[in-house]
Amino acid sequence: MNDDIGLPISHWRRLWLYGVGALVLLFLIVPSLIIVPMSFSGSTLLQFPPESWSLRWYEAYFQSIEWRDATVVSLKAAVLTTVFATPIGTAAAYALNSGALRLAGFINVVLTASLIIPVILIGIGTFFLYARLGLNNTLTGLVLAHTVQAVPLVVLTVLSGFRSYDMNQERVARSLGAGRFAAFWQVTMPQIRFSIVSGALFAFITSFDEVVVSLFISGGETTTLTRRMFSALRDQIDPTIAAISTCLIVLSIVLLSAAQLFGRRR
Amino acid sequence: MSIARSAPPINIRGIAKRFGSVPVLSDLDLDVASGEFLTLLGPSGSGKTTLLMILAGFVRANAGSIDIGGEEVITKPPHKRNIGMVFQNYALFPHMNVFHNIAFPLKQRRTSAAETAERVERVLDLVQLQGLADRRVDQLSGGQRQRVALARAIVFEPRIVLMDEPLSALDKGLREHMQIELRSLHRRLGMTTVYVTHDQREAITMSDRIAVMNKGRIEQLDQPETLYARPRTKFVAGFIGESNFIPVECRDGSVWYAGKKVHTASPSPPSGRHLLVVRPERVRLAVDAGLVADARPGANANILDATVRDIVYQGDSFICYANLADGQQIALRDYCRSDVLARLPVAGQPVRLRVDAEDAILVADET
Amino acid sequence: MSVRPAEFGSHGLNAGALRADARRESLGLLGLCSPGLALVGIIIVLPIGWLFWLSLFDESGQLSGANYARFVEQASYIRTFITTFEVAFLVTGLCGLIGYPLAYMLSQLPRRAASICLIFVVLPFWTSVLVRTYAWLVILQRKGLVNTWLIDLGLISQPLPLAHNFAGVIIGMTHIMLPFLVLPLYASMKTIDADYLRAAMNLGAPPTATFWQVFFPLSLPGLAAGVVIVFILCLGFFVTPALMGGGKVIMWAMRMEQTTSLYSNWGAGSALGVVLLAVTLGLLGLFRWLLGARAANVWGAR
Repeated sequence: MNDDIGLPISHWRRLWLYGVGALVLLFLIVPSLIIVPMSFSGSTLLQFPPESWSLRWYEAYFQSIEWRDATVVSLKAAVLTTVFATPIGTAAAYALNSGALRLAGFINVVLTASLIIPVILIGIGTFFLYARLGLNNTLTGLVLAHTVQAVPLVVLTVLSGFRSYDMNQERVARSLGAGRFAAFWQVTMPQIRFSIVSGALFAFITSFDEVVVSLFISGGETTTLTRRMFSALRDQIDPTIAAISTCLIVLSIVLLSAAQLFGRRR
Repeated sequence: MSIARSAPPINIRGIAKRFGSVPVLSDLDLDVASGEFLTLLGPSGSGKTTLLMILAGFVRANAGSIDIGGEEVITKPPHKRNIGMVFQNYALFPHMNVFHNIAFPLKQRRTSAAETAERVERVLDLVQLQGLADRRVDQLSGGQRQRVALARAIVFEPRIVLMDEPLSALDKGLREHMQIELRSLHRRLGMTTVYVTHDQREAITMSDRIAVMNKGRIEQLDQPETLYARPRTKFVAGFIGESNFIPVECRDGSVWYAGKKVHTASPSPPSGRHLLVVRPERVRLAVDAGLVADARPGANANILDATVRDIVYQGDSFICYANLADGQQIALRDYCRSDVLARLPVAGQPVRLRVDAEDAILVADET
Repeated sequence: MSVRPAEFGSHGLNAGALRADARRESLGLLGLCSPGLALVGIIIVLPIGWLFWLSLFDESGQLSGANYARFVEQASYIRTFITTFEVAFLVTGLCGLIGYPLAYMLSQLPRRAASICLIFVVLPFWTSVLVRTYAWLVILQRKGLVNTWLIDLGLISQPLPLAHNFAGVIIGMTHIMLPFLVLPLYASMKTIDADYLRAAMNLGAPPTATFWQVFFPLSLPGLAAGVVIVFILCLGFFVTPALMGGGKVIMWAMRMEQTTSLYSNWGAGSALGVVLLAVTLGLLGLFRWLLGARAANVWGAR
């Protein structure tokens, strides 16, 4: 393990490294941050820094029925995806962690397959399947497709929570008279709940930010925010999108900080 | 609070367990008497913890029977076995305080609040943790945690208490103190206890009987005194206490070493090569060399000629390393009494060593 | 100790009951996984299997390899593959080039400083791809920030073509893929014991030699993992090339979208998907095989 003692190389000799590192960090963070001030611009031109300030693009966002509906659809889908993916993923992680599950390695691969399979293939596949089931342009179809993409994140997050949890806790609870479910609920759950919450937040953000599959299977009344943004970006670059993007960035920051906060307290 | 009235015996038959294709326990039988303190002693990998986990129901055996007071429990889930368990790391619930930790088993049994409070109070008294009920678990010292774990394991008056190296996380002084305390608690409550440790001193200090385990089998099951004085295998002799192993030859019902007949405590052995086990403190420097013990060979004593190689002074005692005539090494230990010290041999000096027949034990040469 | 024939438990005491008990527990645990497995089965495996089946038939419904033969016969497909691999190699290379120093710096910083810097890696990771692509459009397009600034400064008179072309795709994708390389690489660098480096320096190696002969080889497995992830993601990437390619950079995933949505040619689109999946899984398999050999090499040389 690296520790904080450091190596006998002076920081001075490493200045170039810090320089390069800082530049790369800027490359990562600046593009997203540049959007934020531009969303408060008063003109229709994209300028940085803006010459005048206003909230007109936020007004444009919130007053447009189309944008508002799309946001509501995305929120609904994200909430429902979280509600389904969290228990499904947690249950699977529990089983995978128990050590008594046969074919655990194979099941793990299957459950996390959607992380490896190209998303475009999932998009075309679900579109093709839904066409026969009548699920295209429905919230149900959207939630199903998003849940399958969110479950692996919940599984992985909760599994990593289990890794720092002492399963003897659950064993001792069972020896003291608690059944398997009671032991999980009273002893294990309270101790890994931060991992479960983190998993849930990741599930939410996965659904809310999902683009490719939504492009195929959402439309009409269930057009998601991302799908509408994608279409808008193809046509013109409206500062309204800067306002929406700012909202999305804030959402990411809030959810991520929550996940970090929960992740640190075990 | 007494558990003795309900302390049942445990009869274990034919337990077999393998992980994959590796056998961990092979056809193991063990009987624990009612109210007995029995220790499973062995090196890591000997299967002792696996056996304990099978008893508690956390590991499923491939075959076997566990009869507790006339009831077959091998296929019962852990929560229906009514067995108290103390883990090596205590496994106290960090999100509950001391009271709720100890009340946990009572809550599972839907005990009334008043009775729960009363029983938790009593058991806290018993483990000398009065007034700590509201403490958080992370505010407790190692010894206090150990006591809470114990209190939690006995508060619901289980039929059996299992302990998996419960003292190994404590430092030496506290560990020795807790050994005595656990022992006296067991005497007062009389619960049938199965205790796992790899520490032979701890096992000898605490147990009514010890089952020495090796490679998934019980090598010997006896009281501590018997185990020490009469080890039945080379492994047991080597694992418990220190031993000299002297290779000997058995012919016509007698034991021979370097052309001389050896008197032993063991019944006449089958012909072939064996090992003579002699504890260092049972070897004595003989009078002929100008020292204490009587050197005349008789029916009950063996006299061996040796040359002193080294003397190691240890304060209260000394160890003398000597070579027998054929180069075989032998160690002896004695206390530093003034009469002994006055006549201590030096390196290179020839001496005679005396081993009484009752201190010479024959075991099979396994290697 | 006597050895009974029942030693291995296949017909020992209660062996049947214990086997049944084990089966019951295993089934119960399988039950816990079943909702997830069912979802994957219905939403992923079933349609992809169906598409695979479709890809085996030509437009007249005859069983044929026509959908696959197209890939080597038609120039447009070949161009798509070449573009895709060009982009994937370039983006992966760039990510490695700028990601490695960043991960190295993070691994050498004190814990607190590193965790602050990590936020800058993780935050973009969890920001919508659309938002980040939009940001690059704003920065790079004809009337975007870069061109405006450069013209204002008098450095150029005509706007540079930065977006809606190959360069835009590369820049945007490098930005999006970078965290996928840095995070695993950083994690693996953290497991390299600093005592190795101290030992190397103590034995007389100057810092540069210590880095190249000790640290770098030990970080290779992590680098390989990051590179493979990025490369695989690039092959099937859709959003950024679709928005920043200006219709000139057609990558594999875009081709799939066009073939199925625009031309409704499910056979051809499916065949593209099947090959993409096969290449992805093949690369993953190759990676695991290579890494096994690599690890053996590293330790075998000692």
